[in-house]
Amino acid sequence: MPLNPEIKKVLVIGSGPIVIGQAAEFDYAGTQACRALKEEGLSVVLVNSNPATIMTDANMADAVYIEPLTTDVIKKIIEIEKPDSLLGTLGGQTGLNLSMELAGEGYLAERGIKLLGANPETIDMAENRESFKKMLERIGQPSIPSGVVTTSEGALRLAEEIGYPVIVRPAFTLGGSGGGIARNPEKLREIAKNGLRLSPIRQVLIEKDISGWKEIEFEVMRDGSGNVITVCSMENFDPVGIHTGDSIVVAPALTLSDKEYQMLRTASLRIITELKIEGGCNIQFALYPHSFDYAVIEVNPRVSRSSALASKATGYPIAKIAAKIAVGYRLNEIRNSITKKTNSCFEPALDYVVVKMPKWPFDKFIYADRKLGTQMKATGEVMAIGATFPEALMKAVRGAEISMSTLNLPALGDKTDDEIRAALGSKNDTRLFTVFEAVKRGFTYKEINDITKIDPYFLGKLKDLVNMENKLKAVDTEFVPDSLYLAAKKSGYPDADILKISGAKIREKLYANYKTVDTCAAEFAAETPYFYASYDDVNEAADYIDHHNHTSKRVIVFGSGPIRIGQGIEFDYSSVHCVWAFKKLGYEVAIVNNNPETVSTDFDISDRLYFDPLTGEDVMNVIQTEKPEAVIVAYGGQTAIKLTKFLHLNNIKIFGSSAESIDLAEDREKFDHVLSECGIPRPDGRTARTLAEALGAARELGFPILLRPSYVIGGQNMVLAYSEDTVENYMNLILSQDIDSPVLIDKYLQGIEAEVDAICDGTDILIPGVMEHVERAGIHSGDSMAMYPAKTLSGRIVDTLVEYTRRLASSLRSIGLLNVQYVIYNDKVYVIEANPRASRTVPYISKVTGLNMVEIASRVILGEKLKDMPYGTGLYKKSKYVAVKVPVFSFEKMKGVDVQLGPEMKSTGEVLGIDRDFETALYKGLLAAGYSMQSDGGILITVQKSDLAEMLPIARKFKQLGFRIYATDGNLRFLEQNGVKAEFVAKIADSDENTLTLIESGRVQYVFSTSELHQTAYKDSIKMRRKAVEMRIPCLTGIDTATTLADCLLSREKYEDFVPLDIVKMHGGSD
Amino acid sequence: MADDMGGCLMLADGKVFSGVRCGAYAGADFADAYGELVFTTQMTGFLETLTDPSYYGQIVIQTFPLVGNYGVIREDFEHSSISLSGYIAREFCAEPSNFRSGGTIDGLLTEQGIPALSGVNTRELTRIIRNYGALPAVFLSKNPEELRDGELDEIKEKLRDYKVKDAVRNVTSKEIIYHNAKNPKYKIAFWDFGAKRGIIRALNNAGADVISFPAYTTASEILSHNPDGLMLSNGPGDPKDLPEISAEIGKFAQSKIPIFGICLGHQLLAISQGAKTEKLKYGHRGGNHPVLDIRTQRLYITSQNHGYAVSGGTLSPSVASVTMINDHDKTCEGIEYKKIPAFSAQFHPEACSGPEDTAFLFREFIENIERQGGANRAS
Repeated sequence: MPLNPEIKKVLVIGSGPIVIGQAAEFDYAGTQACRALKEEGLSVVLVNSNPATIMTDANMADAVYIEPLTTDVIKKIIEIEKPDSLLGTLGGQTGLNLSMELAGEGYLAERGIKLLGANPETIDMAENRESFKKMLERIGQPSIPSGVVTTSEGALRLAEEIGYPVIVRPAFTLGGSGGGIARNPEKLREIAKNGLRLSPIRQVLIEKDISGWKEIEFEVMRDGSGNVITVCSMENFDPVGIHTGDSIVVAPALTLSDKEYQMLRTASLRIITELKIEGGCNIQFALYPHSFDYAVIEVNPRVSRSSALASKATGYPIAKIAAKIAVGYRLNEIRNSITKKTNSCFEPALDYVVVKMPKWPFDKFIYADRKLGTQMKATGEVMAIGATFPEALMKAVRGAEISMSTLNLPALGDKTDDEIRAALGSKNDTRLFTVFEAVKRGFTYKEINDITKIDPYFLGKLKDLVNMENKLKAVDTEFVPDSLYLAAKKSGYPDADILKISGAKIREKLYANYKTVDTCAAEFAAETPYFYASYDDVNEAADYIDHHNHTSKRVIVFGSGPIRIGQGIEFDYSSVHCVWAFKKLGYEVAIVNNNPETVSTDFDISDRLYFDPLTGEDVMNVIQTEKPEAVIVAYGGQTAIKLTKFLHLNNIKIFGSSAESIDLAEDREKFDHVLSECGIPRPDGRTARTLAEALGAARELGFPILLRPSYVIGGQNMVLAYSEDTVENYMNLILSQDIDSPVLIDKYLQGIEAEVDAICDGTDILIPGVMEHVERAGIHSGDSMAMYPAKTLSGRIVDTLVEYTRRLASSLRSIGLLNVQYVIYNDKVYVIEANPRASRTVPYISKVTGLNMVEIASRVILGEKLKDMPYGTGLYKKSKYVAVKVPVFSFEKMKGVDVQLGPEMKSTGEVLGIDRDFETALYKGLLAAGYSMQSDGGILITVQKSDLAEMLPIARKFKQLGFRIYATDGNLRFLEQNGVKAEFVAKIADSDENTLTLIESGRVQYVFSTSELHQTAYKDSIKMRRKAVEMRIPCLTGIDTATTLADCLLSREKYEDFVPLDIVKMHGGSD
Repeated sequence: MADDMGGCLMLADGKVFSGVRCGAYAGADFADAYGELVFTTQMTGFLETLTDPSYYGQIVIQTFPLVGNYGVIREDFEHSSISLSGYIAREFCAEPSNFRSGGTIDGLLTEQGIPALSGVNTRELTRIIRNYGALPAVFLSKNPEELRDGELDEIKEKLRDYKVKDAVRNVTSKEIIYHNAKNPKYKIAFWDFGAKRGIIRALNNAGADVISFPAYTTASEILSHNPDGLMLSNGPGDPKDLPEISAEIGKFAQSKIPIFGICLGHQLLAISQGAKTEKLKYGHRGGNHPVLDIRTQRLYITSQNHGYAVSGGTLSPSVASVTMINDHDKTCEGIEYKKIPAFSAQFHPEACSGPEDTAFLFREFIENIERQGGANRAS
């Protein structure tokens, strides 16, 4: 069947903000889908609240709505756009749930809108535990002994029946929120209660614990005619018990015999056939390692994180094919866009192995529980491709940016065997390294397998690495023998480690050659240049360049690596735009990146894709093959920026701001010098390398002060100190971590924060817009709500910001993008920091102003002058629209993390509210960020002493709204003294009826709580805030956030009937 | 691995690939071993590949780099011995892991006297075959630089002349073998040209007793066993080399006994009905080949291993029609005959290794038998 002629206009629902469990992979999927649909001449309407995505670019769809993802909003959009079809299987669980709600209500049927990709019955069959089990029974597929319960008592009864330990899985939650393993009734009661609360349909599944079984996944496709294929199998290095998002995963499955493999493959095909899915589907199995017993764990009837990984691992574009199938095509009617010779109805054959490694945020959340289990905690991941498992694993480890280039974790070296044995039992983020240490010490595979259940095959491969290191250690000649050097390279060892381990020199450095990912193991000639490094002796990339030599104008763009807090999808957005801009400017563009979730690593974004780590040695290899005119580091966040020094030392030309210019901005002393030359004030500051120096600096500056290590990303390890205690704790922590740079100590000015992104051409600058933060300085800019245009800043202040930015651009000799953060304190402007690179706010400002900042910056980088372009110089005209960026957090996934905001960034994503007036934009933003915006009920207020005075007007506003106010003693007394009536609530220790039980009771709709930061997780205030997070009650931890929210609730008549805006129309047509 | 374990594969075009000697190649008395170099893209099932007699005379490259991860599982063998001439992979696993595993691949290759090379840039070898077609190659007992004058020329000449010869004669069974089903309803004559056990298993599972006949058995002898159906097995080599066998197959036309041919059996049946075969450039070997059923427009992913194919256009429309084609290169994958109750598949519905998606063909064969009033056994 070709394109279904009844389909003309398709609404595509995106996945919203990045949260743990739902990240950039859905921008990748959605972008592919939009392009695939447009290719068919269909009209595409897109809705997604996440502005940092490529899919919300004006040229990705015919109409683009950056609006809250709620059924009400989607209905409004449907009324405006009148699509005939809805595609909801590409927007993660969010898109799927919304589609299902709309279908369930009968709304879609009433309007004759077709639901593409899957139907509600199918989705229900896959997602509702009871119908899922029935479906499996019907087709003779084994499921895990289990049952669905709706009460804790029911959970306990069922567990008695099937036996402990049991796993609790709440229905319809992202990334398995609220699940866990219970080994006894007490624990079960606790987890079940929490899970029931988190499940939107108040259901949890109780099932037999099959921890330790092999975890195998299949990505499966089916078309409307019933043709089925499997795209890829994947095997978790970490067996069942650790969420697949937190597991090291290999593709294809490596330890299955053909019988086992075909058994599970056939099962996958039967399941997708039974579910009648038209598109892609992910199926997870548990396979008992000692027999053919298996159980189907889960089916995701949509594209997923795993399908993004499978797409990148095989070259088979699952989301694109799923979109084509959804509009009527059969698998064999869709061309394989990699080989361009064959069709999409085949199963990719790999001639390499892929390793995925999670990236966890524990470096940010030092108090978080690092234990891995059924609740996913990773924010991102890297993928690596190699001929062997060790080679790919080594690439993954060094690409994960965890300061490791081999599997030798220094901290483990000093431990005793017993300590290592004990550590093997704890499933945490360093498990791989502990296992490696155990293998190195000669623990038997059996012993390690008994504890970890990791398949002995993988242990044997770790042993290969141990053997390699032993051979290197045994070198007693001046030079590493050539054959050993080559073998070490093929095992994935960087030169620096070969030198270090062997203590010998390298006679002749080897550069990597490149092999192609071609979906077919070289059976057919591939046309698509998707490469990975190898130390074999044929360079397919070089051959490709020779044969397709259109131009010698070549650049390499370095991507931003794994998604982490502080460096998210925004940088992929900029990287992709950079590629597009340089292509438009006549360049051949290669990209290096190792994040499988992203648009930038889609094989048809750049002219050549190098899927490899972003370390110095790895990128030099690419440079050797590409021989580019220059490279670009300005768009890949800190990952790319930190290559600058290395590239400069190797005489590689960098387009845009030079290495010196970047150093000027990053080196504290040099930057201070620049500021004083420019006559720009900054908060007084010092540097310290010892506790004594830090305390001295604190005395000189006077509290409060901000402390942070130099060279920070996203405010890593940054703290706000009001007392010497905090300074002492902090310095001890930092000094214990061997961080090799001084601590910066700044006077903390509690003013208004403003942020400017400028494009600089060496003479002029163009500032698309000035953003003002809702929260005062002290809350990380990534965690602040930000308003464009600046709402409260006077014309004089804005002029000063523009002037200071101009001076900085000139003194830093910035070319391209420059981001400057300011604080306005007592009507005076201070600079906090400047970054000569693309910032987190580029996509947001680009979208709201309609200026493609990355493209303009790229033209400037190549020498065009701003004054020759039609955008003018200085501050660009204000948009008719107001936009408010609201941060989104993943606190419910991170046990033990305090939700109070501070100088260290904690948000994982963001949403944007756009409208003609501030209140409506803010309302949209808050709604999109997940606030229910309930305007009556109760609020619990417990702020620290220093915040009491500012809390008062907020309390009055809530009172005015009709809220019932609950407060603990100090707050209560203060409120009553000031004539605000409130109700007493006891502290946790004082009574059984306390703040926690109040939050649990459902009587409060908001919690407003502040306290001094960086205390331990045992403190009452932290417990209370955690409780609020678990109950999904908005927790306001900043005075300004609370004020803004209250104001917004008060002005609700203004926005109640808001209209969704098409940003394509906003800027008058596409581009 | 010591340096002296280095070995070389020389291709007919003179290219040399080095690697580490494994299996019989590591033996002290190893003499040059020749074969036709082919690749398979199958990612699992190395045991089934090794023991598939259809690889007779060939040196097989696994394009998937990691081979032998789950060790040796004898119950998964497709034949009691290994018939291929040599085996090449990136890595042979020395420490396999599987609950059924009994030994390493290197141990198996040594036991069976099969030369093998690991540590090879198999992707490059595959690319050469893709561009030039399947070509002869040799595992050299000495490194090229150690060869005496003339020795190299001699080897090159042998490579030039290399052809897989007497393939079927070497791999077919020597005698009639009975494979009985648990609750037999039918009796099927099984013509063994170098058969995989999987086919026999599939027939047994479908309720048929199987009598396996050596390749050079006459039609009349097979008919004398009064079978309900005739199964033509897979096997190695060029079907054109077996005119005497296709002639015997032709004699079944009058019998109205349902026939099902797989792979070489499919080709021989077609030749017996007047069709011609052609050599494919580098064949189809792997577990991911899409086959389109022209009648239903349904696609199936199939297991394949063949270097020759029936030229679909040479079939007389009055005799047979092509029912299935390869969705990649449109070559003939299935034939249905009009005058005799017969059909055939170029691919492997028995899987082992590979996808099980077309197992329904065995049911169709049984249905044909039923339709022909089969189940003689029951009467």
